[in-house]
Amino acid sequence: MDVTIVDYKSGNISSVINSFKEVAKDKVNIEVTSDLNKIKSSDKVVLPGQGSFKSCIEGLNSINGLIDTLNEFALNNKKPLLGICVGLQMFADVGYEEVETKGLGWISGKVSKIDNQDGKYKLPHIGWNQINIVKDSKIFKDIENNSHMYFVHSYEFIPKDNSVTTATTDYASNIVCAVEKENIFGTQFHPEKSDKTGLKIIDNFINL
Amino acid sequence: MLKNRIIPCLDVKNGRVVKGINFVDLKDAGDPVEQAKIYSDGGADEICFLDITASNENRDTIYEVVDKTSKKCFVPLTVGGGVRSIDDINKLLNCGADKVSINTAAVQNAKVVEDSSRKFGSQCIVVAIDAKRKDDGWEIFTHGGRNPTGINALEFASKMEKCGAGELLVTSMDKDGTQSGYDIELMQKISSMVNIPVIASGGVGTLDHLVDGIKSGASAVLAASIFHYGTYSVNEAKQYLASKDIPVRI
Repeated sequence: MDVTIVDYKSGNISSVINSFKEVAKDKVNIEVTSDLNKIKSSDKVVLPGQGSFKSCIEGLNSINGLIDTLNEFALNNKKPLLGICVGLQMFADVGYEEVETKGLGWISGKVSKIDNQDGKYKLPHIGWNQINIVKDSKIFKDIENNSHMYFVHSYEFIPKDNSVTTATTDYASNIVCAVEKENIFGTQFHPEKSDKTGLKIIDNFINL
Repeated sequence: MLKNRIIPCLDVKNGRVVKGINFVDLKDAGDPVEQAKIYSDGGADEICFLDITASNENRDTIYEVVDKTSKKCFVPLTVGGGVRSIDDINKLLNCGADKVSINTAAVQNAKVVEDSSRKFGSQCIVVAIDAKRKDDGWEIFTHGGRNPTGINALEFASKMEKCGAGELLVTSMDKDGTQSGYDIELMQKISSMVNIPVIASGGVGTLDHLVDGIKSGASAVLAASIFHYGTYSVNEAKQYLASKDIPVRI
């Protein structure tokens, strides 16, 4: 099996690569590439994302044909795709970080700054927070409710239809931190930095 | 609920741990990778490497250390010491660091903080502030605490927040190495002034000091000696904080 991590200069993806390789061992081939043909032929795709919504969308746009290829992979061929952090946020129709920026539009909704209640909550939301699993998800197999995951973000994905939400976390309000829509999965937290529990989520995705 | 973080820090020189854990049966007590792994297995919420390599020829050793550690430890890794430029930050991130802490370069040229947080995201830019009491306030020092700057620590903290720092690592130079507790007033002042997380550092000798650090408003507490010399394990520290009703990840 081939799992491809999309390399579109979205900042630091070495931790994502290291964690997937750790979980995959020799059983699964982990590719890190922006090569469209390799993405097309892979079985699963991981879409990481760091930095701002705008810079990540620009990164995708800077590679000719990449968004079309991802659309085909996720929407037409319905093969499993995991978005991490801004990778998940980009599923939205629109993001408001820096300037209003159009997203991939795979899961209807928007990405807005977390309401920190006039400074009562510090931003970024950095550190370990518990996830409240609200709906069964294939990537949560053997993951206990209230498990700790590592977060670092200032913006949150607000889906239009809450039925895609599989987990939330409590920070200033209930923040959507995991989604699943058919073959499309996303986590706002960083499974690659969430120790053994995070690696289990990666393992679940690889084994889908 | 967001948990308070406990961050053990390892001093690394020429690729080797200087002050290391000497209470466990290590194959190689000077190996930063092995020590970091012990911390992450023991429940550390984050690992911090402070590179204190003095000579330029040996500066590259830290990259190898970060690369190896990031393949073994799957908790966030912060690396600081000698970070001068965007290029240095880029190299550390590419080796597997999750955050980079900047001290002297941030004081000399705030643009490094602005540019790097824009390029890599605020989440990976930590500004390290070394502060010492002076008159009614605190003055910041650069070059590992050697050079006074005449700059007020509170004003600098506020400026770094505006420049895009994602976190502030605040070390009291008066307290560092004394094991007499954090400079609580300094932590309180900075934490209440900025809207980004503050990591308290410098002076931890007992577990109560960690409690005081969190109560001062810091989001995370960093300690070196109490873990290095095996006085307490990270897990013991967490159990103690939990017993004082401080939310931690256990």
